[in-house]
Amino acid sequence: MKIMQVPISWRFLRVWRRNLTVYRRIWHINFLPPILEPLFYLLAFGVGLSALIGPVKYMDQQISYLAFIAPALLGVNAMYNAFFENTYASFVRMYYQKTFDAMMATPLSLHEVITGEIFWGATKSFIATALMLAVVSAFGLVQYPHGFLILFLAFLGGLAFGSLGMFFTGILPSIDMFNLPIFLFITPMFLFSGTFFPLENLPLWAQQAAMAFPLTHLVHLSRSLCLGILSWDLLWSVAYLVLFTMVFFPLALYAMCRRLIH
Amino acid sequence: MSPSLQHIVSAKGLTKSFGTFTAVDHISFRLMKGECLGFLGPNGAGKTSTIRMMYGFSPMTGGTLEVFGLNMATDWRAIRYGIGVCQQENNPDPDLSVLQNLEVFATYFDIPRKAARSKALDLLQFMALDHRKHDPISSLSGGMLRRLILARSLINDPDLLILDEPTTGLDPQSRHQLWERMDALRSRGISIFLTTHYMDEAARLCDRLIIMDHGKILVQGRPDRLIREYAGKDVVEVFNAPGELMELVRTHPLMHDVVGNRLIIYGQERENIFELIGQKFCLERCIQRMATLEDVFLRLTGRELRE
Repeated sequence: MKIMQVPISWRFLRVWRRNLTVYRRIWHINFLPPILEPLFYLLAFGVGLSALIGPVKYMDQQISYLAFIAPALLGVNAMYNAFFENTYASFVRMYYQKTFDAMMATPLSLHEVITGEIFWGATKSFIATALMLAVVSAFGLVQYPHGFLILFLAFLGGLAFGSLGMFFTGILPSIDMFNLPIFLFITPMFLFSGTFFPLENLPLWAQQAAMAFPLTHLVHLSRSLCLGILSWDLLWSVAYLVLFTMVFFPLALYAMCRRLIH
Repeated sequence: MSPSLQHIVSAKGLTKSFGTFTAVDHISFRLMKGECLGFLGPNGAGKTSTIRMMYGFSPMTGGTLEVFGLNMATDWRAIRYGIGVCQQENNPDPDLSVLQNLEVFATYFDIPRKAARSKALDLLQFMALDHRKHDPISSLSGGMLRRLILARSLINDPDLLILDEPTTGLDPQSRHQLWERMDALRSRGISIFLTTHYMDEAARLCDRLIIMDHGKILVQGRPDRLIREYAGKDVVEVFNAPGELMELVRTHPLMHDVVGNRLIIYGQERENIFELIGQKFCLERCIQRMATLEDVFLRLTGRELRE
């Protein structure tokens, strides 16, 4: 007997709204990391490393190392915000605070609760990216109006990484275990998605493997938009992120239902 | 009103299994409008599993469950609009203030913001929490926390209140305060379904009790009738009872239990033999008292620890 027959409706926005209410309580603290982090990185890489590295060749253009990594930082920022929101923060709400249990005594279904959580994760990516984009733009590293598209990209990337994070929240028994997906997936992605050096520097097999990373596509899109390069083949990367979301979003719902509904 | 609507809850053959373990085994019961029905049972008896099915948290393994005349399996969402749930564990939203806890919860029931605010303030006053409305959750005492959870479960003006061990871990003052609030709610016609480990609480609050164990209903009825039937009226507890008395209760025969070095005799009405025991055998280590629900509970569910 299935209890959740038509389980997803607009009500997921109530859950999203709850998280927004909490976020707004300490918005000034929540705003700091996405503003400060790019400043640190730009200082370290722009002033420190750039002198050693010199310009980088990207899509037949010579660009400064700073211009190369700034878009990657935006992509990584989108990944981190959604992934950490839907792993650690969601896990705390689910396991320690029993927030989901309380919600499930109301007209909300678990599907709506989880959908609200994932959309909130994507919203955090969106907000953080907007703040970071403003900082990076101040250094003249973003071409407009293309740059505005990065906001939508951050939301899409947020949905992809939030779904992935929520899937792990559904299957990992304790909060300490998040080290595992971070070590196995997030850190390799952070390093090998064409973030800090062009993918072409890797051996061919590694380049091909990197194409499976959603971050590779997110960074590729972000970099193209920052540099003002628009081409049809960017749609392949968008399609990959959509596909990734379409796989992991249902998986996350399934894992959470298995975990919480007994 | 048709007779079926008089049943707030109607469970038939309700069953819940976890793999090969049957937590709730084919139980049937009804909760009438305006009634307070209590579920008693040792740990693991199936109380919480039953409750979780009653608000559509756990899918049923078998049987049918109707709440407000609606089928839980298909109309769970409509049902949840009309119920308030106080789960066993306090689960306030620690990221929000006291007032925000109620206001945000109200949005889950589609209550508009303005109505939610005034309802929340009313409830905080009702639960004597209005002076703490802007405080963080972490500053509340155990009793305040429980009152907040009860206030939260009332935010949607429920017709049915489901309380899973509402006063566990509270001091006597807090318990009595909560009981008074529940009395007030009952006088407004709310129906209550509650579980508890406190027999005095069950006897005080409930019109009708169901005692369950190992997923099955053992007995149900009014508290006073259950006491009369299963523990009589008066009780004599004799420590290190002499052989003569043991012989007497066996041959007479009298309703009795032997627990360690204690002989517990349950007297139906003021029988002569009972007075005789009182005079002759109740000398030093002996207690004469009224029969209580606790006697009924222990007699029916046994005295072994459930862990």
